[in-house]
Amino acid sequence: MASKKFILGVYEDDEDVLNAVSDVREKGIKIHEVYSPFAIHGLDTALGYPRARMGVPAFLFGITGTSLAFLLTFWTMGWDWPMIVGGKNFVPFPTNIPIVFELTVLLAAYGMSFVFFGMEGLYPGSKPVIFDERITDDKFVMAIDLDKSGASEEDIKNALEASGASEVNVKEI
Amino acid sequence: MQVVSPIREHLVTGGKTLHDITEDISRHVEGNPTKEWKMVFGISLAVLAYGGYWAYQTWFHGLGNWGLNKTVGWAWDITNFVWWVGIGHAGTLISAILLLFRQKWRTSINRAAEAMTIFAVLCAGTFIFFHMGRPWLAYWALPLPNTFGSLWINFNSPLVWDVFAISTYLSVSLLFWYIGLVPDLATIRDRATGLRKTIYGALAMGWTGGARSWARYEDVSLILAGLSTPLVLSVHTIVSMDFATSVIPGWHTTIFPPYFVAGAIFSGFAMVQNLMLIVRVVYKLEDYITIEHISLMNKIITVTGSIVGVAYITEFFIAAYSGVQYESYAFVNRATGPLWWSYMAMMTCNVLSPQIFWFKKMRESIVVSFVIAVVVNIGMWFERFVIIVTSLHRDYLPSSWTYFTPRMGDIGDYLFTFGFFFVCFLLFAKFLPVINMAEVKAVLKSSSEKKSNK
Repeated sequence: MASKKFILGVYEDDEDVLNAVSDVREKGIKIHEVYSPFAIHGLDTALGYPRARMGVPAFLFGITGTSLAFLLTFWTMGWDWPMIVGGKNFVPFPTNIPIVFELTVLLAAYGMSFVFFGMEGLYPGSKPVIFDERITDDKFVMAIDLDKSGASEEDIKNALEASGASEVNVKEI
Repeated sequence: MQVVSPIREHLVTGGKTLHDITEDISRHVEGNPTKEWKMVFGISLAVLAYGGYWAYQTWFHGLGNWGLNKTVGWAWDITNFVWWVGIGHAGTLISAILLLFRQKWRTSINRAAEAMTIFAVLCAGTFIFFHMGRPWLAYWALPLPNTFGSLWINFNSPLVWDVFAISTYLSVSLLFWYIGLVPDLATIRDRATGLRKTIYGALAMGWTGGARSWARYEDVSLILAGLSTPLVLSVHTIVSMDFATSVIPGWHTTIFPPYFVAGAIFSGFAMVQNLMLIVRVVYKLEDYITIEHISLMNKIITVTGSIVGVAYITEFFIAAYSGVQYESYAFVNRATGPLWWSYMAMMTCNVLSPQIFWFKKMRESIVVSFVIAVVVNIGMWFERFVIIVTSLHRDYLPSSWTYFTPRMGDIGDYLFTFGFFFVCFLLFAKFLPVINMAEVKAVLKSSSEKKSNK
């Protein structure tokens, strides 16, 4: 497979990289991704990413949990093997609430997390592209895919340097 | 522009940089175990082995080696179960509730507290299995179609609610903990070589630290926190319902859910305090687990200790005010009956001892914090003992009144869980970063000494 050329701007500070994103984008250069050792608030907005809507899978899985729990408790206790315990109804709504609550939380948490793992391609054995091993330590790296950037290599390097990058490296992957 | 509150002390001292954080925390994962670690691990293994002998006796020869009798049918087992579940609560509280409240001071302690939660809940679960008598049939507690036809578990039973609550709590805590670990595992992966790189690489699951990943990660963390917050409250509420839904005087009270939750947070924080003070000294992490952290935890211990104090008094008042002679007697008997010493231990350890933290000097003293945290944990064990045993030993029939004396089986099984807990915690502290590097790095600017020295 043909290798791809990435231009990497290495920054020392989170505020620097956050400001650099706007500077680079204003010059019409498309950014592949920005990597950081911790979450930088506002970076996704600066990069023009849509809001992460992880609440949607959480809600959908949660509501599935609620429905399954109601189905399980009502069907088993009220239909399949009706049991009267302590004079309660076959399907006493209040006593099913703890089960319904727990299953809602369980499915919402696991469902959302697996969706997250799937979206991010996170699984044991995954072979990630690591542009610079210092990303998970103390450096902030802006990666620009030369083919998709819409600018020349020279212009990108100049733009990165002008935006405050302490190093500009080239990596072929 | 970051705004730094002038009333807050620094959360990271020693003028650390981002790289220093990586070095300071990763060092313990990458280096050989220290002499202190080996010593404590050896002791923990010995306790686990000794307790393991008694656990074996209980599992395979039955509950006859416990001091239970026909009147006191629950004693140390359920006391230990509720105590361990309570210990587990601080982890989720620190992780979830303090995250929702944007409390930055949680970042240094949340990782270890979450690990503590998982090990404590496993210890609690052990007592459920012990108490079953036939632990190999534990899966009967799950709603599985079984060999007896379609006979299902009884969803009206608080003990089934417990099964759902504890297992959900354990699974969700494990997930929360693991997701929190992923970025830090990637840090360790990127510093490692050889087999270690493969292992940590597999655990890090290909995390790269991209902006899109971080945005989703933050969203997932926040939603998990939102889900875990009612979960943590529900778990101890449901545990309290084991008692509250019964008709035993001393148990059948509506105050139990909030009172149990407050007690759980109280004892959980005390255990976090103990563990973090040990980790702080052994791993020399004084710059991350600062006096400010210790002081803040002590404030929570004082608040929750006072809440349980109010609950004790309220219970007493309501028992007298209810006009029910059995209820009134149960409470008078708690304080003045044959087990008065346990009631006094509970009141002294839980209500009186934390009040010392009203003094700043005491709140910021390492030795005092450690001692009081141990005292609180002892007190909270007694609280559960008082609720369970003093309520049972004097039942409706004076002819069956009795006393409870623990036997070696009770003590041995408790020791087993202690050994298990500390072995797990020490393995965690050796092989995984005890402090959440990514989160500490994120708050470094706004809360470190370096910022104000600029």
